[in-house]
Amino acid sequence: MALDKEFTQIPGTTVFDADQSRKGYWLNQFCMSLMKADNRARFKADERLYLDEWKMTEEQKQAVLARDLNRCIELGGNIYFLAKIGATDGRSFQQMAGGMTGMTEQEYRDMMIRGGRTIEGNRRIGEHGDAQRPRKDV
Amino acid sequence: MARITASLYTSHIPAVGAAFDLGKTKEDYWKPVFGGYDFDKQWMKTHKPDVIFAVYNDHATAFSLAMIPTFAIMTGPEFNPADEGYGARPVPTVIGDPELASHIASEVIQQDFDLTMVNEIDVDHGLTVPLSCVFGEVEAWPCKIIPFAVNVVQHPVPSGARCLALGRAIGKAIMSYPEDINVHIWGTGGMSHQLQGPRAGLINKEWDNKFLDRLIDDPMGLAKTPNIEYVREAGSEGIELVMWLVARGAMADVVAGGSKPKVAHRFYHVPASNTAVGHLILENAA
Repeated sequence: MALDKEFTQIPGTTVFDADQSRKGYWLNQFCMSLMKADNRARFKADERLYLDEWKMTEEQKQAVLARDLNRCIELGGNIYFLAKIGATDGRSFQQMAGGMTGMTEQEYRDMMIRGGRTIEGNRRIGEHGDAQRPRKDV
Repeated sequence: MARITASLYTSHIPAVGAAFDLGKTKEDYWKPVFGGYDFDKQWMKTHKPDVIFAVYNDHATAFSLAMIPTFAIMTGPEFNPADEGYGARPVPTVIGDPELASHIASEVIQQDFDLTMVNEIDVDHGLTVPLSCVFGEVEAWPCKIIPFAVNVVQHPVPSGARCLALGRAIGKAIMSYPEDINVHIWGTGGMSHQLQGPRAGLINKEWDNKFLDRLIDDPMGLAKTPNIEYVREAGSEGIELVMWLVARGAMADVVAGGSKPKVAHRFYHVPASNTAVGHLILENAA
């Protein structure tokens, strides 16, 4: 039984299912490798060289080099895996999550303190909330 | 025989663990979050468990994409806090209960829940942050802990109905254990949060509070909520809340038609980092 199509109808959201998992397998496994200090050091010393050791697509490698997490997710990345790149860079989860919204770090932090992003208009694609369009169109 | 006297529900936000470890619990931003757990310290003095059965999820820490068990029970003797990329949290080792865990696995598998058994695993913030919130800074955790992991990372993840039914099976298994021990069952994760994409930062207070109301009064009805509703209304990572239904399913009213549990404590706060913090303690009638 395939996943309910409604999972693809939520704006600004990619549901990590088996298709995404297959597509992003080596991207995510590369991220896992950054759990080891030695690997973090080798990655930091020459990111391109380290990435070339993995069976990732060129697009995935470019997205990692650019730290474009939205693109990484589009290409099969999952946030819990991608978070290892953030940890390697010394970034918090809030910095990573905020970075995907097109807001500045301060704007995102302020939004959270005000109670977070509203659900109104953000339930389904085509409504008029603030999460409707991908970051590049904002 | 073993008794389940209470269930406890709480978010397991990594930033809360970091704030705790860095001594920031009294700062303006964090004080209201940790304040929500002050009650627990007193309550635990009079309600101390021998064993906690703690339902959590691994966040790409011990389980990569190489292995994705839907339900995994930890039957080993001890589990170290994991290094999640920032260094391991400086908290005590988790001491398991291999005898009780094996008993539960055996009973639950024979009730047709096909569990994965894990003897060696490092446990991540999903398990250790709730322990820090509830017990504070301690030399050793005050009781044995059986970690139980649910896949809520790769969809399809188990439904609320399946989680509630699993909880019922776990409840029955615990109550058939011959030792005279006091067991608590914990459900962790949530509440509303989304960590990815342009919708990151989503919080839905109204939905969260309705979830708390229904978890207390109408767990069977709540369990019918389809997974798409969690993702749409509570954010892509809000799906973790299905794990609360495992704990709720083990309470007397669901397991054996007993009386409704008593609400000992209820707390809700926004925000902690990207997330709404929810916390609940329910007691079974004595």
